[in-house]
Amino acid sequence: MTQYMDFEKPLAEIEGKAEELRALARTNEEMDVTEEASALDTKARAILEELYKSLSPWRKCQVARHPERPHCKDYIDALFTEYTPLAGDRNFADDHAVMGGLARIKDTPVMVIGHEKGHDTKSRIERNFGMARPEGYRKAIRLMDIAHRFGLPVVTLVDTPGAYPGKGAEERGQSEAIARATEKCLQIGVPLVSVVIGEGGSGGAVAFATANRVAMLEHSVYSVISPEGCASILWKDAEKMREAAEALRLTAQDLKKLGVIDRIIPEPLGGAHRDAETSIAAVGRAINDMLSELSSKDPDALIADRRTKFLNLGSQGLAA
Amino acid sequence: MNWITNYVRPRINSIFSRRETPDNLWTKCPECGTMLFHREVSDNLNVCTNCDHHMHITPRDRFIALFDGGTFTEVAVTAPEPDPLNFRDQKRYPDRLRAAQKETAEAEAMLVARGDLGRTPIVAAAQDFSFMAGSMGMYVGNAIIAAAREAVKLKRPLILFSAAGGARMQEGILSLMQMPRTTVALQMLKEAGLPYIVVLTHPTTGGVTASYAMLGDVHIAEPNALICFAGPRVIEQTIREKLPEGFQRAEYLLDHGMLDRVTHRLKMRDELITITRMLLNLPPAVRADLPPPDKTAEAAEAVLEEAADPAPDASDK
Ligand SMILES: [Zn+2]
Repeated sequence: MTQYMDFEKPLAEIEGKAEELRALARTNEEMDVTEEASALDTKARAILEELYKSLSPWRKCQVARHPERPHCKDYIDALFTEYTPLAGDRNFADDHAVMGGLARIKDTPVMVIGHEKGHDTKSRIERNFGMARPEGYRKAIRLMDIAHRFGLPVVTLVDTPGAYPGKGAEERGQSEAIARATEKCLQIGVPLVSVVIGEGGSGGAVAFATANRVAMLEHSVYSVISPEGCASILWKDAEKMREAAEALRLTAQDLKKLGVIDRIIPEPLGGAHRDAETSIAAVGRAINDMLSELSSKDPDALIADRRTKFLNLGSQGLAA
Repeated sequence: MNWITNYVRPRINSIFSRRETPDNLWTKCPECGTMLFHREVSDNLNVCTNCDHHMHITPRDRFIALFDGGTFTEVAVTAPEPDPLNFRDQKRYPDRLRAAQKETAEAEAMLVARGDLGRTPIVAAAQDFSFMAGSMGMYVGNAIIAAAREAVKLKRPLILFSAAGGARMQEGILSLMQMPRTTVALQMLKEAGLPYIVVLTHPTTGGVTASYAMLGDVHIAEPNALICFAGPRVIEQTIREKLPEGFQRAEYLLDHGMLDRVTHRLKMRDELITITRMLLNLPPAVRADLPPPDKTAEAAEAVLEEAADPAPDASDK
């Protein structure tokens, strides 16, 4: 059963009715509901198409945060082989909000790193809802160093509400860890490609997404601050998140126009959670495409490519 | 944009200082509440003479106190696309910008200059908390890039004074992109073998702390400065417990290994001279209240600028 978002209420009713009819038919053999049920299916599809035709920025945030949306672990399991997690920052701990390790994509060994939010209460707590602590960023730095030394491309999967705002995280240098991870992204002489698969939450996302190529799933978001946070500061009212989401230009479509990302990966109708397999396959193709775009560049060219890209970023605004 | 920064602003500045000074004869220390003579406070670099509280100081005033003889030359910063997102909250972003420009008589939230510090040529950049809370947007990014390029070109160290409430929300993702952009600038500086010293002042928070403010060769903070990634209120809401006394203040960060030193504003100049000269392998500096350097072309140019732009505290002398 899909969890519906508030704006999907009309859809929930129709799909619910279709489901009820089919359930009824299963217990009552004389009943033939095929026609009625498929009429409802058609109607549901029409509603879905209408809803997702032009999803508002706030609705995109909701889709990006959908609990059933495929997460980092789902992508790693499906797209990579021989995934071998590497743990720890060698200083303090292993941060379970960040997954990472050696793996193969289409037989090529790479280093894969990403935020993992978890899929049920237990794993969400264990993963700290995808909010990394300094240890997570320092683990990522360590893995990027290994990748650099052995010439392995780095693939990062971004999905975090933001870096964890906690007492210990601050004491152990959350700022410094993020700054160093961003710096490391810029230093490694190997291809670095990044996909924002859900939420790209502020500095916690930049630390992984300072890449040669950045892609975003169609309904994922990437922002300097959450719409709620922005609303409470600029509107003095957290309930104004719809307006804030609009103003922040956090959608993949706007970010592509601004030149912040390089490509948009289409999602199945109704969002990635309605058809995880298709979404994951599309992300896999995008990763392979981005890696092959970079495969002919030598280490210096890769570093120069990243620098030029970020130095030139934003010089034209949305008019570009 | 150059003619505006060099000619129009100084005039605006002098009008402002003349108009504001008589009304501001007294300043109340926000920490201990003591009423202090405006002159007394500005002579003490905005540090309370009663409780040592470090109040905000504008980049211009800081540079006057920092550079030999109060003489410096502004480094031009490329003006970015204004309002790149066409951002509108309760006010339009261009209106907020204009209000801040009028209030501070500065173009944006960061000032970059070159000059001599204890006869040591340096480049300095200072963030202006009074300009939209010092928030980091495209302009601040451009300023840091300009500062790093100038330092590399002239083979000088860069000293950066940070102060920011965080990112410029009105520039959305582009403000966030200043984290990698400024990091690239600092890498150019480091590859050229030049020192990068960060002076963290109250407050330095958010994306600013998580990029150029934490990437220095040496980190010095002013006493009691709030330095953090997430602000204390956000953390209290998240963990639902009271934070310890002094949490995220300079001394706390020093204890937790994030800073090299915590230094009083009145001792900062001497300390920067000492550190910079050692990092550059230069002999010890002569300790003195140095007059402006000799009339090199640059000094002459700077003096001319000074003449057109009387220091805010010069007018009440
Ligand atoms: Zn006081």
